Amino acid sequence: MARIVSLREAIAENVHDGDTLALEGFTHLIPFAAGHEVIRQRRRKLSLVRMTPDLIYDQMIGMGCAARLTFSWGGNPGAGSLYRFRDAIENDWPHPLQIDERSHADIASAYVAGAANLPFSVMRGYAGSDLPKYNDRIRFIQCPFTDERLAATPSIRPDVTVIHAQKADRSGNVLLWGILGVQKEAALAAQRVVVTVEEIVDELCAPPNACVLPEWVVSAVAAVPGGAFPSYALGYYERDNRFYKAWNDISRDRDTFIEWMQRHILQTADFAEFRALLGGVSLSGERS
Amino acid sequence: MTSDSYTTSEMMTVAAARKLRDGAVCFVGIGLPSTAANLARLGHAPRVRLIYESGTIGAKPSVLPLSIGDGELATSADTVVSTPEVFRYYLQGGRVDVGFLGAAQIDRFANINTTVIGAYRKPKTRLPGAGGAPEIAALAGEVLIIMQQSARSFVERLDFVTSVGFLDGGDARARAGLPGKGPVAVVTDLCILEPDPATRELKVASIHPGVQRPMIERATGWPIRYASQVSTTDPPSARELGTLRELLRRTAAAHGSGAVSQNSTA
Repeated sequence: MARIVSLREAIAENVHDGDTLALEGFTHLIPFAAGHEVIRQRRRKLSLVRMTPDLIYDQMIGMGCAARLTFSWGGNPGAGSLYRFRDAIENDWPHPLQIDERSHADIASAYVAGAANLPFSVMRGYAGSDLPKYNDRIRFIQCPFTDERLAATPSIRPDVTVIHAQKADRSGNVLLWGILGVQKEAALAAQRVVVTVEEIVDELCAPPNACVLPEWVVSAVAAVPGGAFPSYALGYYERDNRFYKAWNDISRDRDTFIEWMQRHILQTADFAEFRALLGGVSLSGERS
Repeated sequence: MTSDSYTTSEMMTVAAARKLRDGAVCFVGIGLPSTAANLARLGHAPRVRLIYESGTIGAKPSVLPLSIGDGELATSADTVVSTPEVFRYYLQGGRVDVGFLGAAQIDRFANINTTVIGAYRKPKTRLPGAGGAPEIAALAGEVLIIMQQSARSFVERLDFVTSVGFLDGGDARARAGLPGKGPVAVVTDLCILEPDPATRELKVASIHPGVQRPMIERATGWPIRYASQVSTTDPPSARELGTLRELLRRTAAAHGSGAVSQNSTA
């Protein structure tokens, strides 16, 4: 049964040092507010899982939260590189980051297998690619019926999955729509599920086939309006492309990055204060 | 606007767009492939079905998406499915005719690298990685590749094989059990390359107007060969150029100037 709590409580109760933590949201509905709270609460040695690390894992990696990263595409979508992710891999800064690199199709399949309580996922993939040479979690098996060679990878079963959604009701049933990515699968594959939502409403009014996570699979729900910024929430606000572009300049240099994170994340009490602080700042990248 | 004056980048995009046939189901990467595929949709191929890996099927964006999951891809799509569904049911299910990809590096057998420059464990440059490309390259009915041509990107030996073309050439791809036909064309800012029917080595099939053979040779990291019949690419028509420029203008207006990264890959 989902508890409706503050984001601070939701993270404090559900995300612990050393956990395998998945924050999902495929360009859309990225749980930025929750990621910031993980950074504020100084979580360490996390095994992070996310198809597209995006800015949120760039921030978490740069702030030293991560020991390990499972991912499939690590760029700043439409805007450039993830410099903190690259610095960790290229230069072990702020410390070495173990990587478990896969493809999108694989991670999606591995969440499906995790949600289905299976030990591994099976797919047609990786034939001829160098990825299996460098990742011993990508293996090949023979189909017991047809003898076909298929790729097998371990299921992804996070200790905690965190997602952002449009709405929850007062019991904690969660409704999301638009680009759904792997959120449902990542949630159902996890031991604990934290959801931030744009709003908590009396009635979800969800059509019968809508993507709803029932309250009894969700551990905690926190209302965080705008909590996916600078990504977007369909029906609420658009992606802030200027922020994605500005991130290149904020993150390229270690000192600039740390200073920005100190001021905007560590020295703000919560996401609302972070947004208020950003409010007056031009993000067009024309500050200098 | 006349077709006399155009950039090499416009020539590349137009030539790549022409390769996409009307009615095809196309799994499209962000950046250059998305630009070319949407140019095709707005021009000769109005019935092309564009699928982005964010699960948007039949997307008809009025401006180019900046990211693979822009809201307009969802709101303009015929349907939006989950990521597992788009990869498992549509791509792996054999329902994609054409995969449209970009890359950082390519070799003579059209294998591509989007992972690292340098050694994997100690990379000189860490690139974004695979995304959906390994399975798109393996499973789509056929593959189109669009990328700028230079000696740094067209290399003798890839630093990392992210996604396969023809492996070591010949029948290696078929022997590996890959269902799709593999790359049918690589479109660059200089020329169009196509695989030799027997060896599967990429050969220059068509040269863009104004490009000389030595320019292509200097921009290729292996001794490039030519098909027995080499044609000259038709220059962009006024209509093609007009459609492309209008699309890019709308895109810049929507995302802010310089917003569209033409070089990112999915």
